[in-house]
Parts: sequence; structure tokens; C-alpha cells
Amino acid sequence: MSLYRLTVHEAHDLLRRREISSLELTESVLRKIEECDQGIRAYITSTPDIALDHAKQADERIAANDMGPLTGIPMAVKDNICTKGVPTTCGSRMLENFIPPYDATVVERLREEGAVLVGKANMDEFAMGSSTEHSAFFPTLNPWDTSRVPGGSSGGSAASVLGNETIFALGSDTGGSVRQPAGLCGVVGLKPTYGRVSRYGLIAFASSLDQIGALTKDVTDCALVMNAIGFRDPLDSTSVDEPTPDYTSYLKEDLGGIVVGVPAEYFAEGLDPGVEKRVRSAIEKLAELGAEVREISFPHERYLVATYFLTSSAEASANLARYDGLKYGLFAPDARSILEAQSKARGRGFGTEVKRRIMLGTYALSSGYYDAYYLNAQKVRTLIKEDLDRAFRAGVDVVAGPTSPVVAFGIGEKVDDPLEMYLADLYTIPANLAGLPCVSIPCGFSDGLPVGLQIMGRPFAEGTVLGVAYAFEQSTDFHLRRPPTSL
Amino acid sequence: MRISRAEVEHIAHLARLELGEGEIEQLQNDLSKILEYVALLDELDTTGVLPTAHVVVKGDPLRDDETRPSFPTEDILGNAPCTQDGYLRVQAIFPKRDR
Repeated sequence: MSLYRLTVHEAHDLLRRREISSLELTESVLRKIEECDQGIRAYITSTPDIALDHAKQADERIAANDMGPLTGIPMAVKDNICTKGVPTTCGSRMLENFIPPYDATVVERLREEGAVLVGKANMDEFAMGSSTEHSAFFPTLNPWDTSRVPGGSSGGSAASVLGNETIFALGSDTGGSVRQPAGLCGVVGLKPTYGRVSRYGLIAFASSLDQIGALTKDVTDCALVMNAIGFRDPLDSTSVDEPTPDYTSYLKEDLGGIVVGVPAEYFAEGLDPGVEKRVRSAIEKLAELGAEVREISFPHERYLVATYFLTSSAEASANLARYDGLKYGLFAPDARSILEAQSKARGRGFGTEVKRRIMLGTYALSSGYYDAYYLNAQKVRTLIKEDLDRAFRAGVDVVAGPTSPVVAFGIGEKVDDPLEMYLADLYTIPANLAGLPCVSIPCGFSDGLPVGLQIMGRPFAEGTVLGVAYAFEQSTDFHLRRPPTSL
Repeated sequence: MRISRAEVEHIAHLARLELGEGEIEQLQNDLSKILEYVALLDELDTTGVLPTAHVVVKGDPLRDDETRPSFPTEDILGNAPCTQDGYLRVQAIFPKRDR
């Protein structure tokens, strides 16, 4: 079997038994990138020299019996997560030449664990989008069907995992940007609890929503990556001092005692019938595995998208104010004043979608509108969070539903209708607005394209969420299916 | 409610965004549509509801006031488009008038 097809845990077993070296594994992945990435375009930057260097260091550690589960394992990192000395563009012309002077905390930790950096993954500019078509450089294509999008904004991360152009990947999730591409590509994607993973070195989009998450080939891998990246970081004051359990200890095949809540409102107009069928049968499967399935009510569901877009755009407009073209980023040498320089650099450096959101956010925060838009959205956010709290208080352990209302859509199909693109984020938004852990796992195929099942839990219940995901995964084979080009 | 051209120009100025002619018109259309959609929230009575300030409240986020090394100046200036003598070089705040 080709080494690039291995999961993290399979590769680790072979490395530990000295049946393969990290160099062999890394070379196999790098060859796969060279062979396939022109057709998929998952990477903005690939880093073969760095990868070979990291792999040799990992092999030395393995030889000295100093290894963990991620030592010597190739990883892709979304291009909004800072990597020291390696360009970090955030998918934007604004940061096209930006080279971070430091590693994000997650990257630093994964390097300490001995993971091997193979490249920086493509994304929608500043993580704003659901298709990776808003990358300032090029769109990423879905390995299942290259006329379709891989989802977004972590589309490069998802496509690299599906296409076997890495063993695992990091993404970021503000309104579904890890889970929606995981769903549309048919891989595993987890957004942890707000505060579980350090965001130091993650280029900020919407600070009350952003989290870094893992994209992996199966649930076990996701637990292993979470074991490494879930900890309190003094450099991120929103990261929480909460003990990190061994998430693999939650992976069991029986769901006895677990209560699964299913919002009735999720199965309404707009949900593709093929997606609905697979998600409903996945929920039946959870019941077969011993879970108690209950219908729950989510009365404020219809306000999710509006609340999310006001919140995220307002926060983005404030976060992106730092791009003034002076300290770093695109520069306007032809301006005659500092004000003109800033306006020109921002006008040239940001793409259409980013401008649209900065404008919406600036409007929602501007004098006379703040109460009506941003503040009111934060009040509705409280109501949305209370809907979910009520379900958890009534004994629900996890909330299950579709990841996306549709399967991977065609390139160009939604890009000219921003509102339609926003509405497709409906199911992923609650976990961000309420700060909850949530995973998407493959649960079937509709018209030959993957369908994602989402499982969301209480704050810091990543273990429970992964446990339910694992039981489902082990009773199905959807996670083993791969498009021919990835083999 | 349709957003006027003057409003788009005002917001663009606040956001320090230089927009092209086509962009202004496009943003007038897009923002009008989006604001019309988000007006959905107006059907809710949120009187007395506390706004969400932080989703996960746990522990004390304050740290001890300890010094630690900062980044070397040259590392940080390495990304700056224009520097001089260890400083950022920027355009004038008050531009020279054309003569």
C-alpha cells in the first residue's frame, strides 16, 4: 500500500515498529502532492525542503525512542495559521508577501511533538467563504469531482486530507470553516470548544467565534491531534485552563446511555432530499448502536444566519482594521498621505468578499446603528444559546444533524449570490455562536458525493462528541471510501 | 430599505477602503439585500435579554504581570514595506499641496 494513504495511527504503528521511516512517509506524501496538486490546488505553498528536514529530525527521535503519536507524521496547515519563516498569506493579496517571525502556538506544539510540515493550505481570503473560491490566488477543487468546490473556508485543508496530499491538517472554524469542507469532502473535521485550543498566531477573523480545529481521515486521528493541541496557552487569554483528557479513551463502539437530540427545525425547506435521507438513516444507526434519540426544539433556528453575519462581519471589520499597509502587507507607494495610503492599500489588497464583510460590519458598528445591529445580534445570540442549553439541561448529550444542506456544489454556482452562500452555513453556525465542540463525519453519499453528519456537545465535551462519532464510524465504511485520484 | 451611494461612500471612508466605480454600485446592491435579510431579527422582542459577552466563562483570564523577551526589532520590521533607521517609514499625515 502507498504510504500516503495511511492514517495518523496506522503510520504511527509502522514508525514505532521501525517498518517505515518518517523520511519514507514524508517523501511519499511529497510525491503525491507533486503528482496531484496541479489538479486539486489544495496548497498555496508546499514546503518540501522543510518537510524533509523535519522528517530527518523525527527519524532521529524515533531512533532514540523519543516519540509520540504525531512524531514523523506529515501535516498541512491552513494558511491563516502563522509558520515561522514560511509565507502565511491568509489567502489574500494583502498578505501575499507576509512571512511570520514566529510560529502559532499550535504549530509550535505540533513541531515539539515531531509533526512534519508539508505545506500551507488554500482557503477563502481571511477565512470568509464556504467554497475556497474566494482565495485571492486560485480555487481548490474537490477531489471527488473537480468541477465542484471542496467547501470552505478550510477547503485546501479538507482537499489535502481527502486527496492523500497529507496525513492530517489544521483548519480554522468561525462559522463552519472546518466542518463544512470536511462534510463536502467526506473527511472528519472537529471544531473544539471556544477556548479549548490556543489562537495565538491564528490570523483573527471574528474573535468571539474563531477556533482552530483538526481535519483528519478518521475519528481516532482527530482524537490524537486534539490530545496534542488542547491546552491552556498563556499567550491567548481566551484559552481556558481545563484539563485535557486522553480523547482516545472516549472512543467506544457502544452508545448505551447517550441521549441524541435532533432539532425538528433542521429538516425543513432548503435541505436537499438526498442529504436528508442519509442524515436520517445515520441518526437511526445511532439508535441501533444504543443511543436514545429524541426530537428537540430549536425555536430560534431561523435567526442563526442573520445573527452570525452581523456578529462575524462586525468583529471582522474591527480585526481587519490592522491592515494599514504600513507595518506589513500590501503597500501603496503612490499615495501622497497616510490616509490615502491606507485606503489604497486596503482597496487593492482585499478581495470582493472581504470588502463586502468589512462594509457590512462597519455599517453595523457605525454611530446610530450599533444598538440596532451588533448589540441586538448579541441578544439574539443569547436566545440561541439558551435553546441549546435547555436541551442539554434536559439530558441531551449531543445534538445531531446535517453539516450542510447540500452536497458539494459546482464551481461558480453560488459565488455571485453572497446571501445564498451565507444561507448554506445554517447548520454549522450554532456551535460557533454558542462556543460548543462539534464534529462533522462522513455519513453516506448522495449522487456520488459525500454527506456530512454533525455531532455537537456541551462545552469541553470533545470526548463525548468524538465517542459518538467513533461508534458511528466503526459501524460504517464511509470514511474508507476515497476518490480514484487520491489512491 | 435601499442603501444610498452616499452611505456606501461614507462607510467606505470609515473603513478606509478605496472603492472603484463598479464596486460602489455592487456594494449598494449587496448591502441592501443583506440588510433586508438581517432585518429578520426585528421580529423578535429582545427587551430585557442580556447580550452575549463571552460564550465560555471559566476561571480567571488574568495573568501575572511578568516581563518576557519581546521580538527583536529587525524581525518585526522585516515585514514592513518601508523602513528607515529602524523605524517604519510612512507617508506624510498632511500631504504637500500641489503648487
